[in-house]
Amino acid sequence: MIETAPMTRNGNGTSDAAAAAAASSVLPPPSSVLRPLSPDLRPAVHMQTVSASYGAADVFSDVTLEIAEGEFAGLIGPSGAGKTSLLKAMLGSMPHVAGAVTVNGAPVNPGVPPAGVGYVPQIETVDWSFPVTVEDVVMMGRLRRMGPLPWPNREDRRAVDQMLERLGLAGLARRHIRELSGGQQQRVFLARALIGEPRLLILDEPTASVDVKTRDDILHLLAELNRQGITVVMTTHELNAVAAHLPFVVCVNGGIVAQGSPLDVFTAPILSRTFGSEMRVVRDEETGGLLVAEAGRHGPFAEPAFHHAHLHAEGIAHERSGLGLTPEPPASGQGHRHDHPDARTRETAPALSSVAD
Amino acid sequence: MIETLLDPLNYEFFRHGLIAATLTGGLCGLIGVYIVLRRMSYIGHGLSHAIFGGAVVSAMMGWNFFIGAGAWGFLSALLIQGTARRRNIGADAAIGIITTASFALGVALISKTRSFEQNFESALFGNILGVTPQDLIAIGAVTLVIAVAIFFCYKQLLFATFDPEIAPIYGVPTRWVDAGFALALAATIVVCMNVVGVTLIAAAIVIPPVAARLLTDSFGRLVIISALLGAACGFAGMFVSYYGDIASGPAIILLAAAAFGLIYALTTLRGSRRRLSAGRLLDSPLAGVDVH
Repeated sequence: MIETAPMTRNGNGTSDAAAAAAASSVLPPPSSVLRPLSPDLRPAVHMQTVSASYGAADVFSDVTLEIAEGEFAGLIGPSGAGKTSLLKAMLGSMPHVAGAVTVNGAPVNPGVPPAGVGYVPQIETVDWSFPVTVEDVVMMGRLRRMGPLPWPNREDRRAVDQMLERLGLAGLARRHIRELSGGQQQRVFLARALIGEPRLLILDEPTASVDVKTRDDILHLLAELNRQGITVVMTTHELNAVAAHLPFVVCVNGGIVAQGSPLDVFTAPILSRTFGSEMRVVRDEETGGLLVAEAGRHGPFAEPAFHHAHLHAEGIAHERSGLGLTPEPPASGQGHRHDHPDARTRETAPALSSVAD
Repeated sequence: MIETLLDPLNYEFFRHGLIAATLTGGLCGLIGVYIVLRRMSYIGHGLSHAIFGGAVVSAMMGWNFFIGAGAWGFLSALLIQGTARRRNIGADAAIGIITTASFALGVALISKTRSFEQNFESALFGNILGVTPQDLIAIGAVTLVIAVAIFFCYKQLLFATFDPEIAPIYGVPTRWVDAGFALALAATIVVCMNVVGVTLIAAAIVIPPVAARLLTDSFGRLVIISALLGAACGFAGMFVSYYGDIASGPAIILLAAAAFGLIYALTTLRGSRRRLSAGRLLDSPLAGVDVH
């Protein structure tokens, strides 16, 4: 069964901007939708009224955000929303930052990278013709522990070999990075981040430009790392395939629009405001799966061709099973109402925590 | 045959020139790897022109050439890096502005004051046969210092060259690395000016690493091959210069260009053979049959 939550859509086709504006009007201001962190949880990332800019151009402003240790969080938002800049502020690599940023309990200052953090950049930024082997790249993550000589010692090589084996890259140490598949390339940069034994792993679009199987493999791997105690923060623009399966999602568009579990934040008004475009959310009652789609004139939910939703809904269960998620049966009495007037009652929470299973 | 080859070594000026050409060839090949991989090949050309302006100012002010021109080149390189950090100005544009302005300043000063005794022709085109013991000491010292610095900062330089935006997150002080690199590049160009000249120095920096890149996918091997190729071209170029009776700078660069052409042809031929044998394998009746 499919249930829809067409928050702002009207019969004669509201414009995207109008839809976003309407969505904004029914939402509380961003600061009040921030969740309070449980007192027994320590924050891996804490940002208090943080603003950042490149020169005169503001990237985001007034961001207050807490990500607990052991969390698996996803930052979503349109291109230019400030997702990558938010990550850079956590890493101390944004040039102009106002406000307080704390990572792993220590304040972050521009130009000074925080300790205990591994970072995986977008692999689109990598120069694949650069003459480096897999071992060279992974060894870069061990720089702080290496001696002054240019070559690695036996311990360094053993650490790299173990990391490559752990990530399924054994035997590829001497290969040039260009010779690997997309998934292997992504894992090489993940290995570089992990070899420094970080407590917080930050990834910028780790599932962009990879095929479906590789994407699922990467998410499995991240879930496994998260289960081992590493806090994971990643950006993604894939709402259905990635963000919907994460335990905690932060909606970003020049600031924090909302944060919470996908069940809490994947609502038409919140997503419409995040993406500045009319969005629609469909939920499969049987699997608990969510499907988000643009509800504009050309989206799959464009009237009257609503049948697309049914087709996509078929895919939800499939994709979820591909991620190893087992939908839980409805838990009566644990449901809650959404904070907007048109939202339907959700009677169950999908097994989002089972991402780490 | 060997006696003929050893004949020019009887001349002191040739021995000095040979040492200078070999050292500067190796030095340019070594530092050129980082220049080429940073996609700043034009900076060698531009900076040598900027340093020409500094050389003229040093001569006018009566400063030591190495110190005056070196400081001028270092400041120019820092200015280029600082200007290129602005998001709306590319590195190529920054190089174009700063180095040509500096070169123009040098030319303007020469045209204004026509009573210079310095031979600026040798600065422009090189005068390796006029290398003095003082020049040799300067070349040797700069080569040694840069080689040692690259040896101990190899890992940091590799990371800063491969991934300059991410390297600071992993603890590489990229600003210091960039500043040190600018200083090394300025020093290299200053000591190489007399050997290959302002107009040809870019080729000495760019050709060896580009040729070496065709031979290896390993960064470590690339550094070694490039330095050795540069040194070999400098060494052999001096004999070509002597026996061909041509200026030493062009002889060295033409030899390096010929080496590049040869390596390019050989690697292209090797690639074609590989593709051909792969195609034959696919066309064979056994294609797709597991023979194990």
